[in-house]
Amino acid sequence: MIEVKDLHKAFGKVKAVDGVTFTARDGEITGLLGPNGAGKTTTLRMLYTLMKPASGKVLVDGIDAAVDPIAVRRRLGVLPDARGLYKRLTARENIEYFARLHGIETQTMHQRREKLVDALEMRDILDRRTEGFSQGQRVKTAIARALVHDPKNVILDEPTNGLDVMATRGLRTFMRNLKAEGRCVLFSSHIMQEVAMLCDRIVVIAAGRVVADESPDALRAQTGEANLEDAFVKLIGSEEGLAA
Amino acid sequence: MKPTLTVWLKEVRENLRDKRTVFSALIYGPLLGPVMFVVIMNAIVGHQMKKAEGPLKVPVIGAEHAPNLVGALKQWGLVPLPPVADPDKAVRDRDADVVMRIPAGYAKAWSKGEPAQVEVIFDASQQNSGTPTKRLERMLKRYSSEQGTLRLLARGLSPSIAAPLVVSERDQSTPQSRAGMALSFLPYFFVIAVYIGGMYLAIDLTAGERERQSLEPLFANPVARWRILAGKLGAICSFSLASLVLTAVGFSVAGHLMPAEKLGMVFDLGPGFIIDAILLELPLIAFFAVLETLVAAFAKSYREAQTYLGLLMIIPIIPSMMMGFLPVKPAHWMYAVPLLGQQIGISDLLRGNPVSAGDIGIALVCGFALAFVIGVGTAFVYRSERLAISA
Repeated sequence: MIEVKDLHKAFGKVKAVDGVTFTARDGEITGLLGPNGAGKTTTLRMLYTLMKPASGKVLVDGIDAAVDPIAVRRRLGVLPDARGLYKRLTARENIEYFARLHGIETQTMHQRREKLVDALEMRDILDRRTEGFSQGQRVKTAIARALVHDPKNVILDEPTNGLDVMATRGLRTFMRNLKAEGRCVLFSSHIMQEVAMLCDRIVVIAAGRVVADESPDALRAQTGEANLEDAFVKLIGSEEGLAA
Repeated sequence: MKPTLTVWLKEVRENLRDKRTVFSALIYGPLLGPVMFVVIMNAIVGHQMKKAEGPLKVPVIGAEHAPNLVGALKQWGLVPLPPVADPDKAVRDRDADVVMRIPAGYAKAWSKGEPAQVEVIFDASQQNSGTPTKRLERMLKRYSSEQGTLRLLARGLSPSIAAPLVVSERDQSTPQSRAGMALSFLPYFFVIAVYIGGMYLAIDLTAGERERQSLEPLFANPVARWRILAGKLGAICSFSLASLVLTAVGFSVAGHLMPAEKLGMVFDLGPGFIIDAILLELPLIAFFAVLETLVAAFAKSYREAQTYLGLLMIIPIIPSMMMGFLPVKPAHWMYAVPLLGQQIGISDLLRGNPVSAGDIGIALVCGFALAFVIGVGTAFVYRSERLAISA
């Protein structure tokens, strides 16, 4: 479970995150929805302790990220905005590098890797160097690398960005399986249909603030729009109106 | 310790697959010095030998005025060439290294017993003219003193009247210390090998990772950043150590390919020298690794880091230049100054003076202490939020 309480973060005068609060529960997929530049990536970066919040709290399975960041990272599987594979290493070596950094025993590592390779259907690229991988192959490798330590909580920053239809569908199935395994899945996106299709809970962020935190149905009911896209536009629009 | 080792091994493996890094760290950096050493020294020595021992070919103007003189010079190795029309121009244009002119008044002055003039025309700014000119002057002096002695004897006087002073030179240099002088550039190549050996890794492991956006996922692992940094520094040190060892071995081999006896020198670049030299340079490996990483951490891209580290290369050159332009007497305290200590220590080893264990100890302690201080600073920079964010 990931709990975020009143997070604030500014870069100079720009308030990137301005009081974000939400909870992502185990066995659920939580979507962080917002337009580009809304503060999604910055919020996630504070979750996986890459950045320190100016104020506010991040709790992962009850552990305070400010107190024990390493224990928090141990419980998180992270696909950052920056995929950053090592292009002179093969997909297998990329995965095993991160497994070793987590201190996983060799045998366990092989088992987990095999499971992920099957689940992500990436056997054919396993022993190729990642230089020249397609966007989809890169995301698969980065996800396998991020989940090789079998984390209870999974954070995916715009996982379907740049993927084709087939790869996107495969990834959605994969995320549903993670949920079925009882994991807490938190992902960010700016695509409404995707969030509507996958999420048990949608957290809408605009201009660094949470403007809605509901189930898809409740969101439609709250805004009075039958269509989620209209509901989204209404939420964002009203927020901008407030700011002005 | 384990995550550090993991990072270390991965960085070494990844960079061994990079042709550019392997070429510059393990081929270009370490072998440039020894190859240049052998090629240039052999070329210079061969050239100088030819000038010093071969027949001395000199255009002689007015040879007919002094047949006795020319005859004597011929016996001592001079090969007179036909006269040139404009000796000044010939020397300036390097058509001749040196030209001798015997004026028309020579024979008259000689028969009167007055000093007879001989002109030696050369251009001291031409490197080639030095040895032939000196040889010619030495022959002329010899002729002059022999003839002077004969004239004194003819008048019943002792030749020693004309030689009130006898200078006896006692050169305290040894074949090995002369070799040390010839190899005065060598400490510089050792330092450069260490610097270049680690440079491309330092750039790749910090600025390069940042540019390729792989630092962010790396830092999402449950490993303290200083451990990651330690692993990366380990990889950099491994490469520069390899570069240093290759350089030392390269020079050791090069020492055997030198025309040492012809130079009256002894190049003692055996295992003893290699071990002491590597030991002295060890702290520099750590020092440059942290320094290069620190600088690379401030760069946003590979190219930017490359520019900074290129400029920084002036640092290892400073002590060599200093010693070249203002030779100072080595003192013990100098071993406490990184770079300077290495320069002096290796120069001493080359001259055949052993460096005491105490001096090596001082160099090691001070060098590693400085590396540690910079390392702490680098770890501090590594903790900053800014470092991980690529975009």
